[in-house]
Amino acid sequence: MNLLKGPSARAAAGFAGSAVVLFALAPLLLSDFRLGLLAKYLCIAMVAVGVCLAWGRGGLLTLGQGVFFGLGGYAMAMHLKIADAGPGNLPDFMQLYGTATELPWWWQPFANPLFALAATVLLPMAVAAVLGSFIFRRRVKGAYFAILSQALAAAFAIWLIGQQATTGGTNGLTDIQGFFGYDLDDPVNQRMVYFVIAAALLLLIALARQLIHSRYGELLVAVRDSEERVRFLGYDPANVKLVAYVVAAGMAGLAGALFVPAVGIISPALIGIVPSIEFVIGAAVGGRASLVGAVLGAVAVAWAKTALSEEFPAAWTYFQGLLFIVALAFLPGGLASLVGIVRRRRATAEQKAAVIPVGEAA
Amino acid sequence: MTVILGQTFTGISIGAVLLLIALGLSLTFGQMNVINMAHGEFIMAGAYTTYVLQKSISSAGISLLVALPVAFLVSGALGALLEWLLIRRLYLRPLDTLLVTWGVSLMLQQLARDIFGAPNVQTRAPDVLTGNITLLGGDDPLTVANNRLFILGLAVTAVVALSLTLRLTPLGRRIRAVVQNRDLAEVSGISTSTVDRTAFFIGSGLAGVAGVALTLVGPIGPTMGTNVIIDAFLVIVVGGIGQLKGTVIVAFVLGVLQSVLEYSTTVSVAKVLVLVGIVAFLQWRPQGLYTLRTRSLV
Repeated sequence: MNLLKGPSARAAAGFAGSAVVLFALAPLLLSDFRLGLLAKYLCIAMVAVGVCLAWGRGGLLTLGQGVFFGLGGYAMAMHLKIADAGPGNLPDFMQLYGTATELPWWWQPFANPLFALAATVLLPMAVAAVLGSFIFRRRVKGAYFAILSQALAAAFAIWLIGQQATTGGTNGLTDIQGFFGYDLDDPVNQRMVYFVIAAALLLLIALARQLIHSRYGELLVAVRDSEERVRFLGYDPANVKLVAYVVAAGMAGLAGALFVPAVGIISPALIGIVPSIEFVIGAAVGGRASLVGAVLGAVAVAWAKTALSEEFPAAWTYFQGLLFIVALAFLPGGLASLVGIVRRRRATAEQKAAVIPVGEAA
Repeated sequence: MTVILGQTFTGISIGAVLLLIALGLSLTFGQMNVINMAHGEFIMAGAYTTYVLQKSISSAGISLLVALPVAFLVSGALGALLEWLLIRRLYLRPLDTLLVTWGVSLMLQQLARDIFGAPNVQTRAPDVLTGNITLLGGDDPLTVANNRLFILGLAVTAVVALSLTLRLTPLGRRIRAVVQNRDLAEVSGISTSTVDRTAFFIGSGLAGVAGVALTLVGPIGPTMGTNVIIDAFLVIVVGGIGQLKGTVIVAFVLGVLQSVLEYSTTVSVAKVLVLVGIVAFLQWRPQGLYTLRTRSLV
């Protein structure tokens, strides 16, 4: 596959170039604290790439991306906790509760770093594949799908909270010290984590772009716009949707996995109903159908949340509500569509300007 | 035996609460095929209405009785306002309504937090509703909480009232016509926009009544709507959109299922199992238990 395929390939190359430069410059311009925040936002942007694919392109409003984010995050955190504890020891919170004398069986595979790394992406994809094939085969769609995905997020968070002795309950897995032998407290290593995240984000954007500009991408949009016609053409829309859902889940899983070393914690509060919906809002504000829009929107909304909610928690909630309303009710294409709207306005204005002299002449 | 009966009754009372919560939602969902995420906050509005009324009326019993119609009006007005401001512009894009009304729900929650404070508040239940009734005597008596019985009665009353309205009144006929075929209803001279707003008023009003009922079994707080809304949506999805019969049956079945599973496992496992059961059920009936017969291809 040619990376520079599809329309506006030059724009994409320009975007990639400037993104690489910006990401490389950021550690020089930002304090360590701000850089940590940026790493966190970029993780959220990774989820937004998947949302752009599944929802913006495929029309699958998934309100349960927190589940996949959480699966990736917990898979990574479980390995890091085991590694922190050292061979033969239990992770600190398990010792605290004193209920477990040895590692629960479903923790044990995560002691293996390769298994844990693979699981951060493959586990969410597998869950999405099973659930998606059940849902899409029976043509459960639209609102029904959105509600089910949301219920999944709620159930997953409640389940995690319920299994306190083995999942850390409400607290989640906290206080993660090391990352594959590197000390996470060291700013140098934090910078390394940031670079990994930035590179992963660019990789995911490139991957999504390839998918969108492939035959599959066109099929996905066709399913969104008229599922029946695609079915009559001999394709199975269920498979088309399933691929988008599974890829989006994998992206969210990777985002969750990288979120853990960047922030040092994963907990049910980060993956329940509310965060799951927040993963969607960034993409919606930036422009759900545009990759760049979705990514920039996710970063901007996450940044606005930090900036506003530190100072005025109440104001942030009102602002967030307004964002939902304005972006979705009045600007469904998001901020990315403003460019097109302005361009069209200008074009019509020029047309009018061109027409008037003729009228005067007549 | 008593254990089984006890769990079943607990299930029925959970079902009654679910039914009250989902009833209004079923109407508004069926009406315009839009998902109102702010429905949970209309429930919250009903609960806070009860709280405010109890502050000014000393008798808990009277304040509860006054709260029922007042909460209906308050939440109904909120619903009609929301329909007029936002939802009617969006009914061709139902998925977007979901997120837009989520935005509204965030703002309403924060509003509640600013007015009443973030901590939960409580109302006093009337003395009549605080005790228990013994249904089965003997060595191993089966007792039933009065407030649960009251909620059950309220749910049954609400269902009967809504059902009669839909069946017998001209308004009900118009609502059913719009649900079944919006375009045909419009060309038959029905003002669908008026019907929409009225249906939203009634549906949201029922959320207010559900809010009054919830004050009897739990605390009142800004996030109480979020906690119940998902369950209500699941009831609608399984029951079938806009199907009163489906909503009633599914609410009680899910309530009993939840109660029995909680008894044999834990609350969190029960939630997961219920969800798995719902996904399995949708394999069998993807459109829910009851569906409107249409000529659509699905």
